[in-house]
Amino acid sequence: MKVEFDEPKCVAAGQCAMVAPDVFDQRDDDGVAIVLDATPDPSLHDEVREAAAVCPAAAIRLVEQ
Amino acid sequence: MFETLASAGRIPEYPMRREPQCPFFPAATVREMTREDPAGKVRIWDGSTPWFVTRHADQRALLNDPRLSIDEKRPGYPHMTRSRAAGAPHHPAMITNTDPPEHTRLRRGVNAPFMVKRVEALRPRIQQVLDGLIDDMLAGPQPADLVQAIGLPVPTVVITELLGAPYADREMFQRTSHVLISHDSTPEQSAAAGRELGGYLAALFAEKMAAPGDDVMSEMARKVRAGEMAHEEALTMSSAILIAGHETSASMISLGTLALLRHPDQLDLLRSSSGDPKFVAGAVEELLRYLTIVHTGVRRIANEDITLHDTTIKAGDGVIFELAGANYDEREFPEPEKLDLTRPARQHHAFGYGAHQCLGQSLARVELQVVYGTLYRRIPTLALAVPFEEVPFAMEGVAYGLKSLPVTW
Ligand code: HEM
Ligand code: SF4
Repeated sequence: MKVEFDEPKCVAAGQCAMVAPDVFDQRDDDGVAIVLDATPDPSLHDEVREAAAVCPAAAIRLVEQ
Repeated sequence: MFETLASAGRIPEYPMRREPQCPFFPAATVREMTREDPAGKVRIWDGSTPWFVTRHADQRALLNDPRLSIDEKRPGYPHMTRSRAAGAPHHPAMITNTDPPEHTRLRRGVNAPFMVKRVEALRPRIQQVLDGLIDDMLAGPQPADLVQAIGLPVPTVVITELLGAPYADREMFQRTSHVLISHDSTPEQSAAAGRELGGYLAALFAEKMAAPGDDVMSEMARKVRAGEMAHEEALTMSSAILIAGHETSASMISLGTLALLRHPDQLDLLRSSSGDPKFVAGAVEELLRYLTIVHTGVRRIANEDITLHDTTIKAGDGVIFELAGANYDEREFPEPEKLDLTRPARQHHAFGYGAHQCLGQSLARVELQVVYGTLYRRIPTLALAVPFEEVPFAMEGVAYGLKSLPVTW
């Protein structure tokens, strides 16, 4: 799985960082998401899928391989 | 054939009254329209008839669609109340009335204090505040009013600390914010409450400009001094945070408790799983879904023609998204009228959806996780002191809640 992040769309609501803290963090000054790991371990895939599903800005796209 | 509202040519009034026997559920008409009439219309206070979108999938698509705008200054915008319509032309540009990319810029400017890691850092303080409030309630007379004892003070302490306002001013905050969000307030009452709150916040902000501390207003004061934020915007944001963060969390605390007392099996489950943060977090999401306290719809206006279920929303038409409709949409949440704390519910729309999804959602989640994870464990005998039918609901605001919740233990 590859995580693609469309930064201009991100409204920094932090849902991703809450659901998948090993894969997403938030930038200190404005809360915009940071992808910590663009090719997460399979054990994290469920969390990452949930993060993409709940992102209110549809800023997270997953390319499943 | 079943006669739908649309085929009968009737346009229901909105907001709608709930059935008195199930005050937690959206009005029957909302459920009916979700099933039968996904591109229907409602009539609002000014006689206009905006579109009414209630399905989960439609809301997800449209609340992220740049063809819809939140610009409340445009003619035809479906305002919530007469006083909001009267106030709209006077508001500065802020997160609640701008679209991306301006919205994105403004929101990133106020977002830092609401980040997950910043609100997680508040968790121990929220726990400490709650523990103290529970001690006080247990030491006091029975029955107690849970709204006054726990529901209101928790968010008040949290928001006043976050903004850097003294807790001693809470009575003024509670009174003015209630007038500002209530549907029963006249434009004059709202204007007077707005002036009182505005004057207070302006004075407080001046103090923060002179001697900044470690709080949200001080952070905005630094931005204003650096020329990155307008003075008026900082003041408007401060009052928006105060009002939006106050009664919403308070309602969730007291309504959530009432809903759990009505579902003893779910309450038992929550109590015995209080030590499991994942379970408690899931329970918070399900209660957010089940209660969907923001019950006056989120509102937008169409920039262009948009096709929805073979009908056309025309440019300039108002659109209302009823969040409870989506949260009780059977396609997304099977048996939606069932409170099931084990259900995956995180995709609910209780905080809205799209670019304007609640700024304070992480903070609200932490507050609710602490309260739901602590209150019933510490007071296992908590019970209603009056029959359910006598609990007074407050249905008139942007979010519904309880006027009081008499409890014993
Ligand atoms: C359980 C509690 C809460 C609920 C159910 C709730 C619900 C909502 C909803 C539905 C919206 C979307 C409005 C729209 O799309 O037009 C919203 C926006 C907002 N909320 Fe909350 N809220 C809660 C708590 C809070 C808290 C604690 C704060 C602040 C400390 C807050 C601040 C805001 C702000 C500033 C916005 C506007 C965001 C924007 O337009 O970009 N809310 N909230
Ligand atoms: S959930 Fe989406 S909008 Fe929110 S911080 Fe993550 S990427 Fe940004």
